[in-house]
Amino acid sequence: MSATIDQLVNREYQYGFSTDIESNTLPPGLSEDTVRFISAKKQEPEWLLEWRLKAYRRWLTMTEPHWPNVTYEPIDYQAVSYYSEPKTEKPLGSLDEVDPKLLETYSKLGISLNEQKRLSGVAVDAVFDSVSVGTTFREELAKEGIIFCSFGEAVREHPELVKQYLGSVVPYSDNYFAALNSAVFSDGSFCYIPKGVRCPLELSTYFRINQSNTGQFERTLIVADEGSYVSYLEGCTAPKRDTNQLHAAVVEIVALDNATVKYSTVQNWYAGDEEGKGGIYNFVTKRGKAMTNAKISWTQVETGSAITWKYPSVILQGDNSVGEFYSVAVASKMQQADTGTKMIHIGRNTKSNIVSKGISAMKGQNSYRGKVHILPKAEGARNYTQCDSMLVGNACGAHTFPYIEVENNSAILEHEASTSKIGEDQIFYLKQRGLDAEQAVSMIVSGFCKEVFKELPMEFALEAQQLLGITLEGSVG
Amino acid sequence: MSTTLSVPALVEQATQAAGADAPEALRAARAEGAQQFALLGLPTTKNEDWHYTSVSSLAAIPFAPMTGDATGVTAETLAPYRFADEWPALVFVNGVYQPSLSSLATLPEGIRVLPLGEAVTTLGDTVSRLLGSAAPASRDGFTALNASFLGEGAVVHVAKEMVIDTPVHLLFVTTDAGASGMHHPRVLLLAERHAKATVIESWIGLTEQPYFTNAVAEVVVEDGATLTHLKVQREGRGAFHVGTIESKQARDSHYISFCFTTGGALSRSNISTLLDGAGCGTTLNGLTMLDGTQHGDVQTRIEHAQPQCFSREIYKSILDEHSHGVFNGKVYVHPIAQQTDGKQTNNTLLLSKTAQIDAKPQLEIFADDVKCTHGATVGQIDRTALFYMKSRGVDADTAQQLLTYAFAADVLETIENEAVRNALELVTLHRFTSLATVAD
Repeated sequence: MSATIDQLVNREYQYGFSTDIESNTLPPGLSEDTVRFISAKKQEPEWLLEWRLKAYRRWLTMTEPHWPNVTYEPIDYQAVSYYSEPKTEKPLGSLDEVDPKLLETYSKLGISLNEQKRLSGVAVDAVFDSVSVGTTFREELAKEGIIFCSFGEAVREHPELVKQYLGSVVPYSDNYFAALNSAVFSDGSFCYIPKGVRCPLELSTYFRINQSNTGQFERTLIVADEGSYVSYLEGCTAPKRDTNQLHAAVVEIVALDNATVKYSTVQNWYAGDEEGKGGIYNFVTKRGKAMTNAKISWTQVETGSAITWKYPSVILQGDNSVGEFYSVAVASKMQQADTGTKMIHIGRNTKSNIVSKGISAMKGQNSYRGKVHILPKAEGARNYTQCDSMLVGNACGAHTFPYIEVENNSAILEHEASTSKIGEDQIFYLKQRGLDAEQAVSMIVSGFCKEVFKELPMEFALEAQQLLGITLEGSVG
Repeated sequence: MSTTLSVPALVEQATQAAGADAPEALRAARAEGAQQFALLGLPTTKNEDWHYTSVSSLAAIPFAPMTGDATGVTAETLAPYRFADEWPALVFVNGVYQPSLSSLATLPEGIRVLPLGEAVTTLGDTVSRLLGSAAPASRDGFTALNASFLGEGAVVHVAKEMVIDTPVHLLFVTTDAGASGMHHPRVLLLAERHAKATVIESWIGLTEQPYFTNAVAEVVVEDGATLTHLKVQREGRGAFHVGTIESKQARDSHYISFCFTTGGALSRSNISTLLDGAGCGTTLNGLTMLDGTQHGDVQTRIEHAQPQCFSREIYKSILDEHSHGVFNGKVYVHPIAQQTDGKQTNNTLLLSKTAQIDAKPQLEIFADDVKCTHGATVGQIDRTALFYMKSRGVDADTAQQLLTYAFAADVLETIENEAVRNALELVTLHRFTSLATVAD
């Protein structure tokens, strides 16, 4: 048995390869010139450059936060390269024009655009390093009036929308990493669903960090106009690298009256090796604003990254708005995850639901940090929070830091948390039914996470279960 | 903010207290306290543990050490606060021990109860063993401040295998004469191997004036011993109360704590226990009832450092008018503390629109074979329960009162000592119902 376990534990990161493409990369360093360079490179209008510079100047006055329950080597922000784009000569009209090596990378990841296009019915806006290189189903979406494109394109083609909503949920001054992102974001996705439109496809982007030593600063902005519906998927894998890579993304969601936005993430970035060497630093700001009767639902499966620092939040601004957060976070090897959510109840009869499942294995440290804040005017607010932790092995840790702040007595809040382990008897039972230990663990964990997985779109749910299986293999024997 | 205003003054006072006038036996501890306080100062809301409680209003008042003026305080004054007359009691008025009001005649065999000043000579070993052991001056600014003013307080020593049925009562009373004063009592409790005893701390304010209580209790519960430690905080409406209880438990011991809070303009209770032997257990319960503009903060910490220990915790708050309640309950499980069984519950009832609660129930777990849960709820009286009672002919007001009382009584019932339980139930009953005439 132990031989198998060793083998599984030491299994190479499945997606650990890097594509050798010449990149147009900015030398490491950060200054106003870097910001201007990025802006010029992307042919941005004056107002956006101004906004970036304001963010940069604000960033200079801020200090890196150290309140999360994670430890890491200090980051040298001057040693990071802030811009990298694969060299392509001219703008791309169709997939045929894409560098075949890029396409090959995607197929290694199992997301061949052609396949995707033909079989899955999922429109994919694949982000390779910092520049979007291929977009599918654009036309189909355009028929409905849906705008789904790279951020840079949106700035060029729909500046009025971008200008109106950029920074409206996560202002550039929000926090250290959001300010950094606002100053140097390279690209990202933009999505606009017009009034009353139900988006016919699951929208999806695959992010991929490829260049060594390049920070990835994605910016996603989703605007769901009145009465619209969209389900957005984000999935991630990254090649194996020795040096830590910094990732500070920002996701903003605006759900106007009666709109519904469902945002799902599967994050499987390189987590580093057993000694904690390498791996991605994932410092993400994700926040949505829900207006009257609107609903924002975050679902996340976090299995990768050396350090995860992520709190998808919902500002329940409008009356009767709903916020949901479903999360599975796995911390194995030397991974550290400090993740959770914030639900800010401002409107009347606002509801929020939080289900968080944390799994710690080997030397992983998993923290749930969540805040539910009921403001004085949020009459009849309702929150239910459940955070369960599972520990596999005795070198890992599970932590819960819920903050409950209530300023209105008509609110009803419930918070439950539990910690448990995979029982020997459970494994024994499954083994005597013919499953091996690995399968047994996988099955028990799947059961533990069922409530979250059922919120994921089907193909993601499958991928997530597989990921979980791979991540935890070898941690129980 | 004026936080910085009187902190240097406090440092000055602390340094003076640790100077040449200090009692010989306590000089070193005082000096250490003064040194630490100069370093630590008072916590600000930037400090995670003080995030919801600002002590700037406290720091803005120049408090002077209390003088112990006991004019007008008689046995009759204290009668309503004594749970039973025959219990041995140590009484402190305005920060100073009052032998004439105390009663140690009824002290059973096997237990020694002394004021700290006397204990440093007659119970020197116990004092030197306990002092600064569970709550070192470096713990935080308030503990350091307490250490630098060491002198008043009480020592309770229960000899091994002695089962003491009669509770020991420590009363700390502040009257108008203590206005603008501060006192820093230190309580040391030691329950030796297989001993069993109950100690009650009462904090009583007979004045509306501001004053500052900064108490520290250090508790050691040895192998197989059981110690019940009840804290009844009924400070005056203008008072600042900071009370720290640090307990250390050995194998198979049981520490039972109850914290009853109704007083103080601003109060803070830190209750923590270290489960430092296999198979021990802790029960931390409490009830906080606030109104007006009171601010009440309760912080508990249960540290499971050894395997097979259990902890049970129930804290309830009832907040009315503009009061602000804070609860922070931490359960920490060390890697070797396997088979830990922890359960924490925190319920808050908000009676008014403007009352506010900030709750932070935390779990920090480093062992895998554990069973730990916590639950927290915030809300108002259940409407269906109200409706049910109304449908049975109980009017709305009475139903509301009864349900509020029932919410509180639920946790009060866990107090084992009948006299204390009945007295506190009565206080609660008076508070929420019009059944005041039933009293006495």
